[in-house]
Amino acid sequence: MDVLLSVLSVSLFASTIRAATPLMLAALGGIFSERSGIVNIALEGIMLAGAFFAMMISYFGAQMGFPPLVSAAAGLVGAIIFGFLISMIHALVSIRFQADQVVSGVAINILAVGLTGFLLQFIFKTSGNSPSVPSLPAMPIPLLSKIPVLGDIFFNQSPIVYIALLAVPLSAFVLFRTPLGLRIRAVGEHPKAADTVGINVFKLRYLGVGLSGILGGLGGAYLSIGQLNIFTEGMTNGRGYIALAAVIFGKWNPWGALGACLLFGFADAIQISLQNAGVNIPSDFLLMLPYILTLIALAGFIGRSRPPAAAGAPYEK
Amino acid sequence: MNKKTPVIEMRDMTKVFPGVIANDHINLAVYEGEVLGLLGENGAGKSVLMSVLYGLYPPTEGEIFVRGKQVDITEPKVAIEHGIGMVHQHFMLVPPFTVAENIILGSEPRTGAGTLDIAKAAEDIKALSEKYNLEVDPYAKIEDISVGMAQRVEILKTMYRGAQVLILDEPTAVLTPQEIKGLFKIMRNLTESGVPVIFISHKLKELMEICDRVTVIRRGKMIGTIGIEDASPQVLASMMVGRDVVLEVDKEAGHPKEVTLDVKNIHAVDQNGLPVLNGVSFQVRAGEIVGIAGVAGNGQSELIEVITGLHKAKSGAVQLMGETITNHSAKQIIHGGIATIPEDRHHRGLILDFSIADNGVLGSHDQPPFARWIRRNFDAIKDYADEFIQEFDVRTPNQEALVRNLSGGNQQKVIIAREIGREPNLLIAAQPTRGVDVGAIEFIHKRIIEQRDAGKAVLVISNELDEVMGLSDRILVMFHGEIVGEIPGEEATEDELGLYMAGAKRNTPPSQGGETK
Repeated sequence: MDVLLSVLSVSLFASTIRAATPLMLAALGGIFSERSGIVNIALEGIMLAGAFFAMMISYFGAQMGFPPLVSAAAGLVGAIIFGFLISMIHALVSIRFQADQVVSGVAINILAVGLTGFLLQFIFKTSGNSPSVPSLPAMPIPLLSKIPVLGDIFFNQSPIVYIALLAVPLSAFVLFRTPLGLRIRAVGEHPKAADTVGINVFKLRYLGVGLSGILGGLGGAYLSIGQLNIFTEGMTNGRGYIALAAVIFGKWNPWGALGACLLFGFADAIQISLQNAGVNIPSDFLLMLPYILTLIALAGFIGRSRPPAAAGAPYEK
Repeated sequence: MNKKTPVIEMRDMTKVFPGVIANDHINLAVYEGEVLGLLGENGAGKSVLMSVLYGLYPPTEGEIFVRGKQVDITEPKVAIEHGIGMVHQHFMLVPPFTVAENIILGSEPRTGAGTLDIAKAAEDIKALSEKYNLEVDPYAKIEDISVGMAQRVEILKTMYRGAQVLILDEPTAVLTPQEIKGLFKIMRNLTESGVPVIFISHKLKELMEICDRVTVIRRGKMIGTIGIEDASPQVLASMMVGRDVVLEVDKEAGHPKEVTLDVKNIHAVDQNGLPVLNGVSFQVRAGEIVGIAGVAGNGQSELIEVITGLHKAKSGAVQLMGETITNHSAKQIIHGGIATIPEDRHHRGLILDFSIADNGVLGSHDQPPFARWIRRNFDAIKDYADEFIQEFDVRTPNQEALVRNLSGGNQQKVIIAREIGREPNLLIAAQPTRGVDVGAIEFIHKRIIEQRDAGKAVLVISNELDEVMGLSDRILVMFHGEIVGEIPGEEATEDELGLYMAGAKRNTPPSQGGETK
């Protein structure tokens, strides 16, 4: 009990937010994609690619003599671009060629593992870990970061954390308050109905998948140049899948996904804290915690949540 | 009238799909102030023609004129811009969205900040619904409203986009007789306020009632346009089919004998645990046809599924010839003597990518003579197939043909051959003529009556009131998972049945609680 109390600290909650950030970004991407009707298992691979290219571009920025912050910022942009490009492979295969979306996603995930591993070897002549590169460090927000407790939890973090926190209300706003959001949701529920009122189903699906590429790439960048300053092979470690679980858990709603990601982030953070506190539980069990929560979420213990009716089904005119 | 410019005119419209000429030089014109009927059998090309007009398919040949001006309609957006509104046979509404969201989708009003202006939408919708007398609740979700209201939403959707002509594709299939009257009133309102209507249907009575002129097509070819004053159901039917058809079901009175099927106080729930059958009791005797009428979705499907072992009853009992078969497996029930023509032939009745011969023995495929021990007997299967293809007049090159490639009517004949071939004690025929053309309907009805006359018990479930009234010796009406009316077949009228179907009338005792006595 004492141990448990000792780990419940401000730093635990701050690390909950950090652990939740990549999940949040990817989950928001997943929401846009699935709301438009495309199941996006490729998030895992998109994140991995985002993590790699963020590192790579930040590395070359530094090599060319740019200041660390500029290099890291360029890395972030690079992650967005490459995340988008990889998502477009998925979009092309599942929208244009109407292939099975799960198969396409799995293929992209395997491709991302191979591609990043290969490029690590090819460019950096190393395997396992990349060299260290400039990262995006914590940037305390003036004034707000001075608020006791909350300041340290929310306002003394990497800029990517702020982006993720802002992306939640923004996504909810777009989906539920704008004509664009209405159309994205219509296309995911009943594409034929949308088509008959003159809405371009394909365009909106490309947009949904593209947003998931951008957000997934950002989430990946946070892993390599946000939390750390290196890229490690396979560093996403299933986070793309956990983000998808958060989408389901959160009932395809940004706010719901935020809650789910915070829960998963908390499981991750407490697992680290308990290990550090030297709790007498094998670390393997603690490591399992976030994944067990994921399984519970997927098994639907949270009450029935209904996916967009047309998610996973290719649309033929 | 013909001196005026038509609001919409299609000239020499031809649409060729690979291997099929769906429309072959069809001419059609609709004028202000009229309802134009478009009549044809299933697969005659009515829907294709209208889909071309609405920009869903590009035409192969032919021209479209809107108020005398030639236009190229490349996609629905362009059709909408030219004031063409279409209500599709299967509603194009997003179920979890509200009425207002569905109506504005694609033409959303925006606030100054660019966000959705739902309040403005609701206001506009209210004004429109008053103008055309189309009552809807803008804030209700589509999944919660009645079919009749969903249809009004569809019509409002077109009006919201400024439609100057309205196409209704088989709009009455899902409505009660009273709702159909309501719809006809709406159609008259529309034509009076300057919006002509194209009414696609194969129901002759309805065409006679509402149309000013009727254009008939058969197998993609234009047969002609006839003024309603020159038409009669008989005339329209022979134009549609190309020969004289018997429209009335011709049958002697039944001679009911012992009770074959006894359903006692059945209760059942759907997969969400919501009640779908609330104490259903009835009997079917040997030598009688009992018909079940009702608006789709009032428990008819679940009732058949419970009787045939595809849906679990929570309480109550089903007895066949005195033996309780409640919740037995489908296989046991088939072997016990119940044959079923399922309501959805693609979903439950056939394996589309199997041959006619294989489909013909489904359910008996493991029984002699079609199987010996673990081996199938292909000779017996083939002989049997050749036999029923002959007897049931299945139009096919041979028994190897895939069922997928048959027309709806011929597919249905394969099922009927198979089910009657079981020599059942009870034949259940659910929507036996859905999507089947007039000629085949006549044939199927004859076969069903033959079964009765051979002393079998027959249970018919249909959304087509004419069919239930024509076939049944006794009619039961289902509403909200209960049987609310029982009427002798010869006394039933459409109006009276409609009242029961809408839940406005009841002549059966209220059902008992959830437990069997």
